[in-house]
Amino acid sequence: MWLALGTAAVVLLALLWELARPRLRRELANRRAAAAARRERAAQSGYDPGRERRAEQRARALLRSCVEEEAWSMYRDLGFLRVWGGLGDRAQGASYAYLIYPHKPIVAYLPQTGEMLNEYCVAFPDHSRPYGSARLPDSDDVLAKWMALTADERHLIAEANMHLPGRQIDPERVSRDLVRLAAWERERAGRGADSVPAA
Amino acid sequence: MRLLRLKPGHGEIVVAEGDVEVPEQERELIEAFRRQLDEGMCAAVPTETSSGRREAELVKSFAEVPRDAERVIFFPRAAGGAGAMSR
Repeated sequence: MWLALGTAAVVLLALLWELARPRLRRELANRRAAAAARRERAAQSGYDPGRERRAEQRARALLRSCVEEEAWSMYRDLGFLRVWGGLGDRAQGASYAYLIYPHKPIVAYLPQTGEMLNEYCVAFPDHSRPYGSARLPDSDDVLAKWMALTADERHLIAEANMHLPGRQIDPERVSRDLVRLAAWERERAGRGADSVPAA
Repeated sequence: MRLLRLKPGHGEIVVAEGDVEVPEQERELIEAFRRQLDEGMCAAVPTETSSGRREAELVKSFAEVPRDAERVIFFPRAAGGAGAMSR
């Protein structure tokens, strides 16, 4: 009797398995596809704040190692860099300068009057989109602009889309930034560069 | 010498590293340099003038890189931007 019951149980299990197998297989395939789709979506649009923060920290360290101490302090304290036009400086008679903001147009202006001259829209898109975005970290964008501007100002300006002031950056903001820059320079000159705290 | 590349979502990555005085390592640096240019990158060498001013020098081939340069930074080519640049 036990033998008959055991045989019947085995046959029953085998039948159930045969019945359930296609359904289980479909279910498994669906789950795999859903997981793959989730991974794909995460890779395409996955914004990971921790990763972005670490990327920005690396970018800031690299920028700091490339530009002068004064320029780094300016960026750290004010959020933008000033680069003198014509690769000169005031002592050499630069008559214009640029403000470099992260992921914003480069602004040309007259230091003597604070008058904005033009906006130069330029971007450095990485089409390989390693984390689903073509956009460099903020400080890397500033570094790329700084390198391109100090290495070949003419070429960068030729590549950029030139617009009249106010197209993308509020002229009021630039005016405020120039006031902040002047105050920052006065303060820095007053206390001496050596006492500026490190980042 | 280190070849660095600015990368979205990561910051810079080391593409290659080696001693230009060692032929084999120099070859690897040259190959890595070419690959980056083929991928559409620009190459710049951060420099310092005799007066202490820092700037960058764009280089179009490995031969243009100063032998004593510590690093070459690759970044995507500049393209005229528009509204997409603003946040």
